[in-house]
Amino acid sequence: MALQPRIIPVLLLHKGGLYKTKQFKNPSYVGDPINAVRIFNEKEVDELIILDIDCSKENKEPNYTLIEEIVSEAFMPIGYGGGVSSLTIAQKVFQLGVEKVIINTAIQNNQQLLADIAAIYGAQAVVASIDYKKSFFGGTKAYFNNGIKKSNHTPQKLAQIAEKTGAGEIMLNAIDREGTYQGFDIDLLKQIVEVVQIPVIVSGGASTNADFDIAKHAGASGMAASSMFIYKRPHRAVLISYPINYFTDDNS
Amino acid sequence: MTTIINYNLGNPKSIKNMLAYLGIESRISADHVDIASANQLILPGVGHFQHGMEQLEKLGLVDILNKEVIEKKKPILGICLGMQLLTKHSEEGNLAGLGFIDAQTKKFILKDSSLKVPHMGWNTVAFQKESKLIQEISNNPRYYFVHSYYVDCTNQEDILFKTNYGEDFVSAFQHNNIFGLQFHPEKSHKFGMELLANFCKI
Repeated sequence: MALQPRIIPVLLLHKGGLYKTKQFKNPSYVGDPINAVRIFNEKEVDELIILDIDCSKENKEPNYTLIEEIVSEAFMPIGYGGGVSSLTIAQKVFQLGVEKVIINTAIQNNQQLLADIAAIYGAQAVVASIDYKKSFFGGTKAYFNNGIKKSNHTPQKLAQIAEKTGAGEIMLNAIDREGTYQGFDIDLLKQIVEVVQIPVIVSGGASTNADFDIAKHAGASGMAASSMFIYKRPHRAVLISYPINYFTDDNS
Repeated sequence: MTTIINYNLGNPKSIKNMLAYLGIESRISADHVDIASANQLILPGVGHFQHGMEQLEKLGLVDILNKEVIEKKKPILGICLGMQLLTKHSEEGNLAGLGFIDAQTKKFILKDSSLKVPHMGWNTVAFQKESKLIQEISNNPRYYFVHSYYVDCTNQEDILFKTNYGEDFVSAFQHNNIFGLQFHPEKSHKFGMELLANFCKI
């Protein structure tokens, strides 16, 4: 029997705090990241993803102290992304107790890094984050450097490159949908699942539990969401939640 | 005092974090004195079997582990790759393991091609026997797995948990003082805490 997909809250770190963006822009302050992680820990979430959105933009190393503090009381698998630009940095992150590093910019310009990390820690420890946007002319292109720089590759091509070089998992980020509650990009999810063998996490646009169900049937192994778990609508008041019984068919 | 064996592989820090949260004293070490003086040993591990055995040999840990676990019957808990290293042989690298339990480590070959390898995510277990390790634990626990190889026990009476992923495999074993868990208790919330707490009382 196939496993139930993992439902994964995503937390964005910015200036040492917990922030939320919309379409990768306009970070607004949510609260203290340690406190948020504590709540997600109590809710026994399947997995947690932490992304530092300052690191690649400012060419900084990860905030190891903050990661260590977050991880020390988080008893679920944790993926960390942001500024993982060398094997040495990845090693430091793993030593803090993180299971997976999330790589974006290096898929474009330093594929050897994915291979090097996978050779020591295994492919399951390397998540390739494929960020993408649709252009006015109908094409879809991958982006890197926190959504700033356009890649010459399509997301499909980049996902295949990542799988070939050592990634054990793909995180598919629809930049246009992030923070918008318009549902996951199911079309592209299906296309990616079609061209890679490794598990795919879909991200960007989650609004209701029905979105998780739809993504599951489209082949997602994980669904990531942020706004949905951090805000209470309609007024976007900060209130951390995590769904239970999110799938209509319980065949776990 | 529990010693988490540090052989430069895997995630000893995550285990120490959970033990600290439980108020259990532990240390991450490859020092023979720390291994000899410990009440329990934990052999963690994520990574390649061959790399794991090479590290154990390089650090001179094979003899001391034999002495503590086989002669002195000190409790040892192997987690994930650590569990597999306790077996006699692995198909990963086609290499001999520590051989503390009569079992083989084999690669998943699943008939259902829709199932991905590694087996990664949360899964349930079916209890196969009584053990101190599982005293007073939650009903219907779920645990976090990530592995491409599994352990095949020669003696059915050593099997503690079975899990289904396309087919049944051994997700935990116990043979006297020798325990193995295929999943990661340190990443499995309260369900993992219960097992680690029980183990550190043995």
